[in-house]
Amino acid sequence: MRIFSTKKYALFIAALLLVNGWAQPGNAAPEKLVLTGASTIAPLAAEIARRFEAQHPGTRIDVQTGGSSRGINDTRNGTAGIGMVSRALKPAEQDLQAHTIALDGVGLILNASNPISGLSRQQVIDIYTGKIINWKTLGGRDAPITAINKAEGRSTLELFLGYLKLKNSDIRPHVIIGDNAQGIKTVAGNPNAIGYVSIGAAEYEARHGTPIKLLPLDGVAATVVNVRNGTFPLSRPLNLVTRAAPQGLARDFIAFARSEQVHDLVEAQYFVPVGFR
Amino acid sequence: MAEMVSMKSMRTPRDCFAKLAIYCAALLVCAAFAWILSDIARGGMAHLSLDFVIGSPRDAGRAGGIGSILVSTALVLAIALMAALPLGWTTAALLAEYVSAGSRFGGAVRYSLQVLAAVPSIVFGLFGNAFFSIYLGLGFSILSGGLTLACMLLPILVSTAESGLRAIPDAHRLSAAALGMSRTSTLFRLLLPIAAPSLAAGLLLGIGRAIAETAALLFTSGYVDRTPGSLLDSGRTLAVHIFDLSMNVPGGDAAAYASALVLIAALLLINMVAMRLATDWQRRKIMAENSNGYSNIDAPRA
Amino acid sequence: MIWSRHNILSPSVSVDTLTLWLLRGAAGAAMGVVLLILLFLAIESWPALRHISIERFLTDPSWNPGENLYNLAPMLSGTLYAAAGALLLATPLGIASALFIAYYASPHAASIYRRLVELLAGIPSVVYGFWGLTTLVPLINQLHPPGASLLAGILVLTLMILPTIALTAYAALLAVPGEYMLGATALGLSRWGTIRGVALPAAKTGIAAGVILAAGRAIGETMALLMVTGNVVQNASSLFEPIRTLAANIALEMPYAMNDHRAALFVSGLALMLLVMLLWSIAARLARNGNG
Repeated sequence: MRIFSTKKYALFIAALLLVNGWAQPGNAAPEKLVLTGASTIAPLAAEIARRFEAQHPGTRIDVQTGGSSRGINDTRNGTAGIGMVSRALKPAEQDLQAHTIALDGVGLILNASNPISGLSRQQVIDIYTGKIINWKTLGGRDAPITAINKAEGRSTLELFLGYLKLKNSDIRPHVIIGDNAQGIKTVAGNPNAIGYVSIGAAEYEARHGTPIKLLPLDGVAATVVNVRNGTFPLSRPLNLVTRAAPQGLARDFIAFARSEQVHDLVEAQYFVPVGFR
Repeated sequence: MAEMVSMKSMRTPRDCFAKLAIYCAALLVCAAFAWILSDIARGGMAHLSLDFVIGSPRDAGRAGGIGSILVSTALVLAIALMAALPLGWTTAALLAEYVSAGSRFGGAVRYSLQVLAAVPSIVFGLFGNAFFSIYLGLGFSILSGGLTLACMLLPILVSTAESGLRAIPDAHRLSAAALGMSRTSTLFRLLLPIAAPSLAAGLLLGIGRAIAETAALLFTSGYVDRTPGSLLDSGRTLAVHIFDLSMNVPGGDAAAYASALVLIAALLLINMVAMRLATDWQRRKIMAENSNGYSNIDAPRA
Repeated sequence: MIWSRHNILSPSVSVDTLTLWLLRGAAGAAMGVVLLILLFLAIESWPALRHISIERFLTDPSWNPGENLYNLAPMLSGTLYAAAGALLLATPLGIASALFIAYYASPHAASIYRRLVELLAGIPSVVYGFWGLTTLVPLINQLHPPGASLLAGILVLTLMILPTIALTAYAALLAVPGEYMLGATALGLSRWGTIRGVALPAAKTGIAAGVILAAGRAIGETMALLMVTGNVVQNASSLFEPIRTLAANIALEMPYAMNDHRAALFVSGLALMLLVMLLWSIAARLARNGNG
């Protein structure tokens, strides 16, 4: 109103509304599906949606992110047709139906310069509960350990705690992170850090020169291959959830997301396709 | 006026010290900025190309470009500014010109804006999601994102504009009154143009804040990375894109850096245009129409 | 239009009244937004407030929503430490930057420097966080592990709020009438004397408004702090210890929170707003006492 004159301002609004109105009819897709939920799944779902739209003209799939609990809430109250949840459903969530589209493993990572090449489960427990605070105790160099934990509510945290049989309040972390990339960057920048992240992401980063390495768990190497064949002890399903048995577009989309046609997309996001198993 | 002051040759030790300290501070800020910028440039230069700027993202943003995302960003910004500028600047005019310093209403408005300034962006996001997207039924859309941002920008716009207006000496208002100008025309023809540098500073801060916002938009304008067809479509903004690439997509760092470079370049452009507009407007309004008696007002050095 | 060319000299009471009501409406709307947000926070946090007593948010042994423990106190202190530290650093740097642009630099250097500060204002917080995480945190780690710490948070926040202070202070300095400066110079004051005795006092309100805006940003900043402060819920006893701020807590846990946990996060949002209200009430009272 000031820098533009009032007249220009009104013109601008009119133009904007005009563009809006003009664009509306062309875009009024007969069928629209909204997905909301886990940020881990969102990039994959967006890619699947793009391919689905290309194969099914006249459909529109909008993928929104915001976390697993958002996926659950939005599916329950009908805001979203499909929720994305990066974990198995809890007992309190049995009103929803889960459709697994991929698997993801969780592995321990160290900085590449750390001489430690393997840890027993008890050693990991001792590190995370603050009983071991120096790498020297484990035969490494004389340096304090920086233990990286995930934030409350993250499914990787729940998985990890279940594996170590610990409560979150037992853990004595030095750093708490949100997403995988943050954990990888923290470990890459700190030679004495230990953390746990999605194996696919870690494997990708390690292969592209980020100075981190994955530790074997219970003697099983942390690789996407071992997650796929089920030998790796820490893995989680990536789920699409619906309120009832999916109908129409939602059913087609879920079937498409579980089919062999998207395996290359799943692998491109460093997850393990499940398809039909 | 700076030139006149700098003609002084008088030097005291305190003057030298002040000068030294100020130069050091400026140097420090420059160094920090150069550090950040060179890191971003190093990470993103190789990824940057014309195709990157106009293409649409592929492979979760690792490949392809950011064309569709730039469109969404511009639309969200336009909506936010259109909603926030009139509201913010009129509020500022009221606070500075129409209510007395001790007024209860003015105090309440000012106080609530200060509170608004400290609301974390994620709370704006959740609020926008609940109010604009669900309650008003706008869904995940450019419109709800822009309106949420507008709420965030209000405190910046109001407080910069208010302080600009307050700094104008009363002599101007008195002269205007003596000339028989109405308060309204005094405000629009005299006071606001004089305060233009403040308005522009607030505008630029606001644009910077809006263009850089992530958390509030993730829940309102959303995550869809195709070109929006209307204002009711969901669209991913540049900052959300950078956030997703750097925190959520393994191997997205190069594209994230390149997007940040584009964002900084866009800001540079916006800054230049905004400063030019402000200067022009000030000149046109004051120099042409009230050229007698107000020649001491400095135009901002652009 | 109301203010068209020919009625500039005809004062009209009705137009003025109309404008006043228009302005009042706008200001009311601005205030309404705050009330709406408060209402929204209150409604969302009601499920938690209903069966968790207020004291528990300050006296529980820890913040472990998974185990029904909801202590917000360490995060309140973390928020205050980080914001206060950043303000302490950014205020002098920001005012010095504004003085540099307004009175010390050559016009050319001033315009370059101002553009630089404006750019600094528009860099997304994610980018600051990203940079802090990959550059600053490893550096601090060499000094004192784990690196992700209160110090890293303060430094990143300083960079983020500095432009706000610098640009608002500059705008305020620019608005100081030229006669004041000329008068001071004519009286034989040195450059620093003019600045300290005339320019800064005249621009006081504007600078204070900028600092308050910056303080708001510092308290509410989310993404960048989440990435660099380490997010451990504890009362920091040194600059090198990790902390978690209230805003970071909301952003970190909200995406995965359900039921009471989710409501408790809204309580922390409410707590943040109440904290800010309290701070500004105190500031307003201090200012009034200082003037009177």
